[in-house]
Amino acid sequence: MSSPALVRHPEDGMPAPAIAEPGPAPAVITPPTTPPSFGAHALRWYRLNRAGLRAIAIGVISLLAFLLVWHLLTTFRVVFFVRFTNVPSPLAVYASFTKAIHDPKFLLHVLLSCRRIFFGFSLAAIVAVPLGLIMGRFKLIHEIIFPVAEVLRPIPAIAWVPMAIMLWPTNEQSIVYITFLGSFFPILVNTLHGMSLVDPVLVRAAQCLGARERSIFREVYFPASLPHIFTGLTVGMGVAWVSLIAAEMISGQYGIGYFTWEAYSLVQYADIALGMIAIGVLGLGSSMLIRGAGQLVMPWRTR
Amino acid sequence: MSEIVVRAPQGHIEVKNFSLSYDSIEGPVEAVTETQIHVKPGEFVSIVGPSGCGKSTLLNAVAGFLKPTTGIVTVDGEKVNGPSAERGMVFQQYSLFPWKTVRENVEFGLKMRGMPRSQRERAARTLLGLAGLEAFEKHYPEKLSGGMKQRVGIVRALATGPKVLLLDEPFGALDAQTRVIMQQILTNMWQRLKISVLFVTHDIDEAIFLSDRVYCMTARPGSIKAEIPIPLERPRQQSMMMSSEFLALRRGLMSLIREESLKAMGGEITDLGMQGLNIELHGASLADVI
Ligand SMILES: Nc1ncnc2c1ncn2[C@@H]1O[C@H](COP(=O)(O)OP(=O)(O)O)[C@@H](O)[C@H]1O
Ligand SMILES: [Mg+2]
Repeated sequence: MSSPALVRHPEDGMPAPAIAEPGPAPAVITPPTTPPSFGAHALRWYRLNRAGLRAIAIGVISLLAFLLVWHLLTTFRVVFFVRFTNVPSPLAVYASFTKAIHDPKFLLHVLLSCRRIFFGFSLAAIVAVPLGLIMGRFKLIHEIIFPVAEVLRPIPAIAWVPMAIMLWPTNEQSIVYITFLGSFFPILVNTLHGMSLVDPVLVRAAQCLGARERSIFREVYFPASLPHIFTGLTVGMGVAWVSLIAAEMISGQYGIGYFTWEAYSLVQYADIALGMIAIGVLGLGSSMLIRGAGQLVMPWRTR
Repeated sequence: MSEIVVRAPQGHIEVKNFSLSYDSIEGPVEAVTETQIHVKPGEFVSIVGPSGCGKSTLLNAVAGFLKPTTGIVTVDGEKVNGPSAERGMVFQQYSLFPWKTVRENVEFGLKMRGMPRSQRERAARTLLGLAGLEAFEKHYPEKLSGGMKQRVGIVRALATGPKVLLLDEPFGALDAQTRVIMQQILTNMWQRLKISVLFVTHDIDEAIFLSDRVYCMTARPGSIKAEIPIPLERPRQQSMMMSSEFLALRRGLMSLIREESLKAMGGEITDLGMQGLNIELHGASLADVI
């Protein structure tokens, strides 16, 4: 009954006002004694998710428009301040993508980059979060460590490359170290920030319920700081990728950053764009993982 | 083992020769001075006074969060040295743990005491049932209304069976209707548990309606200006707030507070303030004077 109105434009920015009018309305209000028909159910789902569907529809359209503009710029080799003469077209990039996913070497590049991120980032999280919590709680430790952290923090991870190569016996270790450094400080700083914002009244509430120092730490300070810890992890993950790609371009032999740089040296222009897109997708995927973990760990914040 | 410990009344609070100064750049700020109060076991006592007069300071000292500059705070003869589960506290800002569900909030004190999970779950459910909150046990506090949050706050403070319950303007953020309901709930719980209550408020009606005795504080530095017994019979009904007895108490307290509020605002102690002058006797029963 109501399906025609429904199917007509699921991605229409402005749905016809007729949808909200009397026709389907009684079906929605029917008491739960009679199981709602599929049509009514679908209609209700549509109404609840209208804003989301709209956003998806517009998002898809704008991505397609982006691809189209890219395509036009490259097929007509536009030169207008920037030169699109050698820029690969989307189709060329797609072709090299289909080739690359069957190429074990490309997959190895991706895998190695992911492994470096995993180790570098995990180590940073394992060190920075507890350090931040302890610094936030114990003044003396804060006073000792904070000045050192403040001096080292402004140094971009890339500036560490020569030093890292000297410090670590293998190339692999120095790249992981760079990745570690990149994500370490955002995580530490945000954890500290979270600790400084813990509501002292909640600490008092815990104290007069019989909580001692250790329990207060575990039951109040830690969960209260979690939102900021996850902000730190998200930012840290972004910086980890930035640092990793730079390190790989400078000193790598493998990895997606190295792949992208190598493609330039080998004049395989389509692979440059492929490398860039791969980096973007991997970065997006890893930050989505963190967001998902955050929702798992902080169920009280999901709305 | 019964979950709610009902025992012989205890929780005798005594505050003697109490004063408390905060340190600040301009030197010590005397918040409370020369104060004596007491709460007998099972008694419901309120403290009223103009804002900034040191009510919270006094209550926090009883809770053990602040050390008196001079004097001593004891509960059942034992000196208060720091916060403890023996003295439950309810805060104006509810102060529920946002990361814990309603039931986990109520369980918190029992968990700290080392009670096994299944046992404390059962205890928390019983308590939540008494407060009409069992349907919300799995909700996070953020999803609750202010009145529900504060009911959870009270239940949480009572779960460990404290000797005394301290409340700092607990209903100050609630609308008038909810406040009346909360006052009833608090009265019921107090009578059932036979616990001593020290209740801070700036709402005179609330203080009279709930209390056995009301202390009225002076403007800063706060001290006790008057102590007023409330002889209204219990159980108290909402309708009593219209009785001549209630209104007389109200009028007396009103003028006491107005005088102090004017002082707190920086003077103008003219005719308005004078009206209440003849009842400014510390310790005298206001009802007698009127
Ligand atoms: N930490 C503090 N440092 C300095 N002065 C304070 C501090 N806390 C409260 N005061 C002052 O002490 C006085 C009493 O405060 P408080 O007990 O909170 O009053 P009330 O609860 O009656 O409104 C106020 O004038 C306030 O400005
Ligand atoms: Mg106060």
